[in-house]
Amino acid sequence: MGKGVIKKEVEYVSALARLEFSEVEKEEYASALVNMLEYVKLLNELDVEGVEAAYHVMPVMNVMREDVEKPSMGREMVLDNGPDTQDGCFKVPKVIE
Amino acid sequence: MRYESVIGLEVHAELLTKTKMFCSCSNKFGGEVNTRCCPVCLGLPGALPVLNAKAVEYAVKVGLATNSQISRFSRMDRKNYFYPDLPKGYQISQYGLPLCSGGYLEVEAEDGMRKVRIKRIHIEEDAGKLIHADTEAGYSLVDYNRAGVPLVEIVSEPDIRTPEEAGLYLQKLKSILEYLEVSDCRMQEGSLRCDANLSVRIAGSTVLGTKTEIKNMNSIKAMEKALEYEFKRQTELIDNGGKVLQETRRWDASKGITVAMRSKELAHDYRYFPEPDIVPVVLDMNRIEKIKGEVPELPYEKEQRFINEHGLPAYDASVLTSSKSLGEFFEKCLREYDNPKTVSNWVMGELLRILKNRGLEPENISFPASYLAELLKLVEDSTISITAAKQVFESMFDSGKEPRVIIREMGLEQISNEAAISEIVRKVISENGKSVEDYKAGKGKALRYLVGQAMKASEGRGNPQVINRLIREMINKK
Amino acid sequence: MVVLLYNVRYKSKEVKQMRLCELTAHELRNMLRKKEISAREILDDTCCQIESMEGRINAYITLTKEKAYEDAERVDKAIRKGEELPDLAGIPMAIKDNICTHDVATTCASKMLEDYIPPYSAEVYERLLRAGSVMLGKTNMDEFAMGSSTENSYMKITSNPWDTDKVPGGSSGGSAAAVAAGEACFALGSDTGGSIRQPAALCGVVGMKPTYGRVSRYGLVAFASSLDQVGPITKDVEDCALVMNCIAGHDPKDSTSLNVPAEDYRSALVNNIKGFKIGIPSEYFGKGIDSRVRDIVLEQVKVLEELGAHVEEMSLPHSRYALPVYHLIASAEASSNLSRFDGIRYGYRGAENDDLESLYIMNRSRGFGTEVKRRILLGTYVLSSGYYEEYYMKALKVRTLIKRDFTRAFEKYDVLIAPSVPAAAFNIGEKFKDPLSMYMSDICTVPVNIAGNTAISVPCGKLGGMPIGMQIIGKPMGEKRIIQAAFTLEKNTSFKGLAR
Repeated sequence: MGKGVIKKEVEYVSALARLEFSEVEKEEYASALVNMLEYVKLLNELDVEGVEAAYHVMPVMNVMREDVEKPSMGREMVLDNGPDTQDGCFKVPKVIE
Repeated sequence: MRYESVIGLEVHAELLTKTKMFCSCSNKFGGEVNTRCCPVCLGLPGALPVLNAKAVEYAVKVGLATNSQISRFSRMDRKNYFYPDLPKGYQISQYGLPLCSGGYLEVEAEDGMRKVRIKRIHIEEDAGKLIHADTEAGYSLVDYNRAGVPLVEIVSEPDIRTPEEAGLYLQKLKSILEYLEVSDCRMQEGSLRCDANLSVRIAGSTVLGTKTEIKNMNSIKAMEKALEYEFKRQTELIDNGGKVLQETRRWDASKGITVAMRSKELAHDYRYFPEPDIVPVVLDMNRIEKIKGEVPELPYEKEQRFINEHGLPAYDASVLTSSKSLGEFFEKCLREYDNPKTVSNWVMGELLRILKNRGLEPENISFPASYLAELLKLVEDSTISITAAKQVFESMFDSGKEPRVIIREMGLEQISNEAAISEIVRKVISENGKSVEDYKAGKGKALRYLVGQAMKASEGRGNPQVINRLIREMINKK
Repeated sequence: MVVLLYNVRYKSKEVKQMRLCELTAHELRNMLRKKEISAREILDDTCCQIESMEGRINAYITLTKEKAYEDAERVDKAIRKGEELPDLAGIPMAIKDNICTHDVATTCASKMLEDYIPPYSAEVYERLLRAGSVMLGKTNMDEFAMGSSTENSYMKITSNPWDTDKVPGGSSGGSAAAVAAGEACFALGSDTGGSIRQPAALCGVVGMKPTYGRVSRYGLVAFASSLDQVGPITKDVEDCALVMNCIAGHDPKDSTSLNVPAEDYRSALVNNIKGFKIGIPSEYFGKGIDSRVRDIVLEQVKVLEELGAHVEEMSLPHSRYALPVYHLIASAEASSNLSRFDGIRYGYRGAENDDLESLYIMNRSRGFGTEVKRRILLGTYVLSSGYYEEYYMKALKVRTLIKRDFTRAFEKYDVLIAPSVPAAAFNIGEKFKDPLSMYMSDICTVPVNIAGNTAISVPCGKLGGMPIGMQIIGKPMGEKRIIQAAFTLEKNTSFKGLAR
């Protein structure tokens, strides 16, 4: 992968992940990403045609709960770790819809 | 050129489970802000979701009621995006393998029955609520009471051709959800939400135009208006040489227009992947059959039965089954007063009129259906007049009392006793000599006037047939 | 402070004078039951050890001595009243700082959660409290469990008690170092790709990764949901069984928890390996493994063979693909798991910001450390549109192949034996700047997480004065088998676990 391309990719995924980097950092993260992508190319040796994907590693199915109410947490506890709260709510910069 | 619209609907309904989708917090509407939260629905580090069996069952019911295929194997996926109302930074939804797919509903279009195919039905969790307390303020507040509330999403194919059809489809879907008792479907409160996709094309063409997505339609009527507006907007745009942009537009009900929403700078790259914290849902035939057994009679089935069994006109049947409670009220009444057309007339006439005037829903009727049956029997045996019965009926909505009690209290028993009526009739004849002469001269009108006077004198309680007969007898005897 | 010494019959042979902080849980348990000691005395001596060692080791992020004394007092009261004592009554433990503890800071060694105090407890922690154990504090780790040396901690750098210039391994480095230094009798760690077994091996203690689903993950701050498991780090195999008895078992709050009957792991503490079929996967003894490590492990395998085990070389052909599969799956899941850290409901919040997007970016860019951001980027990349099939999907398919290798192997063998680590502990700072070489420290342990199997690391020798571990791998739910093999090895070798 070309250097310019990968830098663009880093910009794209860091925007998706809500991360921001300086130009110098961007280079470092880009090269780490390139190294990993190179490394995982090892998997291309394998033909996985027709192999099922292992989404879950144990054959567990249908784990569900009965529809029975239990007490909630209490608002004070809910808000306790909130960095910025007001009127019983979490406060965020204005969201324009 | 003649255009037609191509419309598809995405309907979200909050499920009427007792608890949320993945935790045991209450799933009641409202409540003090941030009081129905726990580590799971708040997305606290380390907390894990466990699927509500009821939510799955309800979604399967919706699938069965809409002729859908129920997936034997389905799973939950994560839809990743950042938004303050989304506590985990992802929504647990279904992507690759939804619970149901390949269903349809039929609606009566202008040119016959329209089959609207249903692409998929899946379950997912709702997000919290953003409160914009003050338009001037530079902040919003977040309440997570709604976060994790179970939703069923029903996605139609773009098979709808007019706003009216969209309205009929949504109405039909809504009544199915109500009949199944899986959602209370209150569009105003947001427990039923509908987004629409609309594109236009030359009528009869098979190519699809560029579609827009329309949001924020708070009633079926609003949706129809929004779609009408959007159809007009797009066709005018094309006629003027413009191009429709693929975008999301918001219905502004006060202005009656759709407005483009600020497009996010980032492309929607939701990075769906199977939710590792939840194991697959596998439904075997026995389980599906069991749920099928719990599906009640559906509106379209009931409608057909009303026509066949009760001999009702199609129009009556469709009105009476439009609401589950209304249909039930009708049938309960019928059990004690077996005259379908009379009951139907009363329910569709008086009952719906009073409900509408009072802004009530059929669920809010405060007295049993047997009271109407009793009232109708009293009319039939001439205990009261129809006019009086209407008065009694209205009064039942206020007091919830039995008709006999109301009649006694209001003194509305019909007087059929000949002696009592003769007294009144004699008096009326003696006081209206002119009309008596007119009647004798062959003026039919005069008789009606005399009967009216007698009714008035009896304070509306005299039996009109008896009065009529006695007046004629007495004048002729003279 | 006066240090008390006790006569202990060590390994049922010699009588030794030992401090309480050096003893195992089962030894302390017996002494408590005989009323030879009190919970307070155990705690006193362990706190004394913390005071003298912690300055050099830095195993803990948070110490909860006050609460520990209250809990110890409760145990002593119960003893005085003659009540029946639960299994771990009065035994001091340390908990990895990614396991939620109600009212006690749980930081994941991240600036993001520096001030986070959970309003609820992890299931494992609650079970241990019910078992009477006394928590001393929360241990250091690689930030969000991402790392193999505990150097990726925002809080501090932990040293290996055997040589303070060396890393303790990671990510549960604080837990392993605390146990090895006598700063806790046992500890909990979490293992996503070796994070219990690798530091246990490098610190000369016992560490177990249970079968995926055997121990509840409820309250473990997720790194990679389909790979994470909580497990014990202990001074010996018997303690491992003791702790597993308390923490294993179905939890309805974790959908991936296995709903199978509980087992008594202590019943597997049998010094006998006759007839065991042991597979030696050749892939774990070749490229990338220090040949001296290989020799030490094989020497101990010979001990087991002499005791009557059938040993056979065999192959797990897809082993070399395990590490790339691991990084793809773990990073993908982590990128999503760590999305909840946005600084709105909890966590690091930068300066006031009047734009929502800028607030997200500031909180996350400053709240997360370098390695965490590296993995979020990789994970986001492999899940993003256009790459999902090529990377993530492919990894899930190869995961099937790796799991199949193990399934086939266990049709024939009772246990597999491999090194726990490719080399002894490295110097602090040595690999810090080179992520790929750091990742290589996990090559022996990662395949087990991918397949969901269980494995235990037991000390099996020293290299240049530093301990190394033997990894005994079992089939899913095969904990008893590997405990029996590990117990037999421990009873028949001269290697004494702890750093002195």
